[in-house]
Amino acid sequence: MADAAPPRIALRGLSKHFGGTLALDHVDLDVLPGEVHGLLGENGSGKSTLIKVMAGFYTPDGGELAVNGKPVALPLHPGQFRSVGMSFVHQDLGLVDSLSVLENLRVAEIVNSQPRWRISWRRERARARETFKRYGVRINPDAAVGDLKPVERGLLAIVRAMEELPGDGGLLVLDEPTVFLPKEAVDRLFALVRDAAARGTSVLFVSHDLDEVREITDRVTVLRDGVSVGTVTTSETHETRLIEMIIGRQLAALSPAAPAEAAQRPIAMSVEGLRGEAVADVSFRVHEGEIVGITGLLGSGFEQIPYLLYGAHSAAAGRLQLGDAAYDLPRLTPSAAIAAGLALIPSDRANDGSVASLPVAENIALAVLDKYATRLTLQRRRMRREIGQLMRDFDVRPDDPTLPYGALSGGNQQKALLAKWLQTQPRLLLLDEPTQGVDIGARQQIFERIRVTARETGMQVVCASSDYEQLALLCDRVIIFGRGRVWLELVGAEATKERIIEQCFAAMAAETVGVVA
Amino acid sequence: MSIQPRKGTAPGAQESAPAPRRSRLVDLTERYALLAVWALIIVIFGALKPNTFLTGANFSTIFGSQAVLVVLTLALIVPLTAGDYDLSVAATMTMSAMTLAILNVNEGWPLGLAILAALGVGAVIGAINGTLVALLGIESLIVTLGTSTFISGVVLWISNSNTISGIAQPLINAVVVNRILGIPLEFYYGLALALVLLYVFEFMPIGRRLLFVGRGRSVARLSGIRVNRVRWGALLVSGVISALAGVLYAGTLGSADPTSGLSFLLPAFAAAFLGATTIMPGRFNPIGSIASVYFLVTGITGLQLLGVQTFVQELFYGGALVLAVGLSQLARRRDAPQGE
Repeated sequence: MADAAPPRIALRGLSKHFGGTLALDHVDLDVLPGEVHGLLGENGSGKSTLIKVMAGFYTPDGGELAVNGKPVALPLHPGQFRSVGMSFVHQDLGLVDSLSVLENLRVAEIVNSQPRWRISWRRERARARETFKRYGVRINPDAAVGDLKPVERGLLAIVRAMEELPGDGGLLVLDEPTVFLPKEAVDRLFALVRDAAARGTSVLFVSHDLDEVREITDRVTVLRDGVSVGTVTTSETHETRLIEMIIGRQLAALSPAAPAEAAQRPIAMSVEGLRGEAVADVSFRVHEGEIVGITGLLGSGFEQIPYLLYGAHSAAAGRLQLGDAAYDLPRLTPSAAIAAGLALIPSDRANDGSVASLPVAENIALAVLDKYATRLTLQRRRMRREIGQLMRDFDVRPDDPTLPYGALSGGNQQKALLAKWLQTQPRLLLLDEPTQGVDIGARQQIFERIRVTARETGMQVVCASSDYEQLALLCDRVIIFGRGRVWLELVGAEATKERIIEQCFAAMAAETVGVVA
Repeated sequence: MSIQPRKGTAPGAQESAPAPRRSRLVDLTERYALLAVWALIIVIFGALKPNTFLTGANFSTIFGSQAVLVVLTLALIVPLTAGDYDLSVAATMTMSAMTLAILNVNEGWPLGLAILAALGVGAVIGAINGTLVALLGIESLIVTLGTSTFISGVVLWISNSNTISGIAQPLINAVVVNRILGIPLEFYYGLALALVLLYVFEFMPIGRRLLFVGRGRSVARLSGIRVNRVRWGALLVSGVISALAGVLYAGTLGSADPTSGLSFLLPAFAAAFLGATTIMPGRFNPIGSIASVYFLVTGITGLQLLGVQTFVQELFYGGALVLAVGLSQLARRRDAPQGE
């Protein structure tokens, strides 16, 4: 970091409103040359809006931008960010799956350059190899992007963005690039980011993952409700301080888990001999009111378990015992599962969990439509009133049931889904990545709600997640998968984030040398 | 689903700026713009041609003659709401009319029985469509394109490509001859059916299930809705209502011909999609569909009275379909804010 040089980019007094809501309220932001600068905040705090103003996607109400000390007029024209030396990697990466790595890598140049009579693919291929080599990335330029592993896709998107940066290093904006990546992939990505910073590139790293921000950034700016709460030096700031800045209050302590007690309660549910596409012969038991986490490395099969138990993916074999009733898993359908007292909150809220264009009330009521149906008529007024009450009960904000579901922030969407399913009073709640894209404040509320419901109603919870910290916080017991099988169980205090990570890798390592647990 | 008529895409995990709430005025404008434009064109044509356009006889013709199209449009919006196309509605209608005519005229069946048989044929066609689409998982556009052509062939075959006339008078009386307030009874049949569908869509749980199956199939399935059964049922209902349109068509003409009914397909789609931009914008809805049918017909009739040639009909329906789909896309995009 050079103190004398002007900031790579400086934003002053940036404001933007949507309707009556102020999404950005006089935000200042300086990113220094060669600095990795974190931008933290809950969902809805204004991070995305800020990025989109910088990309020229939104016109701000007011504010100034200077690049390397020289003022640049806002708003930027679409595409102008390139000429002022900025480059973006958005969360969806902006890759075209059906095209090759090479085509994706060169798309900007091929589309934007002077008309050429002919593209020399041989030369382009050689250049791509050389580029990947420079960044220490090994990707076959001829592979289809759809066939790449998630980490390779991430690396490709970042390499492409860095290639577009100007000679002085420019500014690389990474908008939640790690959301769908496993830990080891994140490390590779971070190595790339550090290299870039060492060569003078400034990086704006947008995330709500505190650990990642603490690991990679030099300084952090925190946004809350569209206001910049402050900029701090990462290494001098304690994690709890950052959390307080993000949510504007101190974290309430989670109610303590009582693992020993959970294990003494009777067995309420068991799975025997479950086989499916990615899992082989899985059996486990859950005690009454117990919260069991299931995890593993990517591809270990754990992520399939909730869907197999729910009948959403078809199992090849297996039995589910729930209380006195037994179900043949290959024949189970979601509607039969619901009748049996199961509920599933899928990880893909946008496609599996909800219809964004329909009102919140209708999304929530879908699980209990028959409750509002008399012989002929749907009691719409009662439905709207009771769903509104339920939303307040689950702290879904805003609590207007007529709002389209898609207008809620990620955390509130998930609270609404939790409300949708907990109102059915399930005996077994299946969760898949329950806090993906959920801000830290809402995460706590969701955990607390699940805890309390499990304790008070004796509901069993099976939670698939690759967020080890989350599992350690939430679960009474964590089952670790390796290559489609149960590898190990960690009970209560044993289930720390470090132990879980260690065992996930152990499960993988053991199998590569042929040892089966 | 590559050709879903309207599938909500949702913001993913990224944060979305709060959706701006629209003012009531904008909301009302969107809802009733079509009705206002309709009123406006009536005033314009009325001023230009007061002696022919602004007559009871003209309006009676407009309302009566298009009841068949109204019923056919209503048949269409059921599967459209469930996310499936039914391109076979017009062919089913023709088949139904022809079945009625053959049984009633050539075979001498009593009228009531012939009508039941015609409706039964519609149910069978709907069930076949539903089975191919929902159980075998074939794209509805392809299935109904195929069955539509197939049925048209069957109609030509059983009728020897002839028009069959001489349908029993009671049907003709009940459809076009008898009138209330000067408008043929068939108009009221269409209206009644629209009210029934409105009730089903808005006030019965099955209406909600239909809507969720159309907007988010995976969501519906994971919420315990038997998606395939709903889609199957929607196509079955579409077949039966199309057959009902066929009965009205036979009653209107007093005969059945093997081809003229097929030209109803595009107007029905135009009215269904245009209907989705009004009354309840963003959703296929029965009242909007009726309003659209009469809006389009009023425009066409007015232009024809002004002496514009008959090709204006094609221009009007074709243009309206594309415009309506464009408008409903816009409404949908607004309904699903994509992080702004």
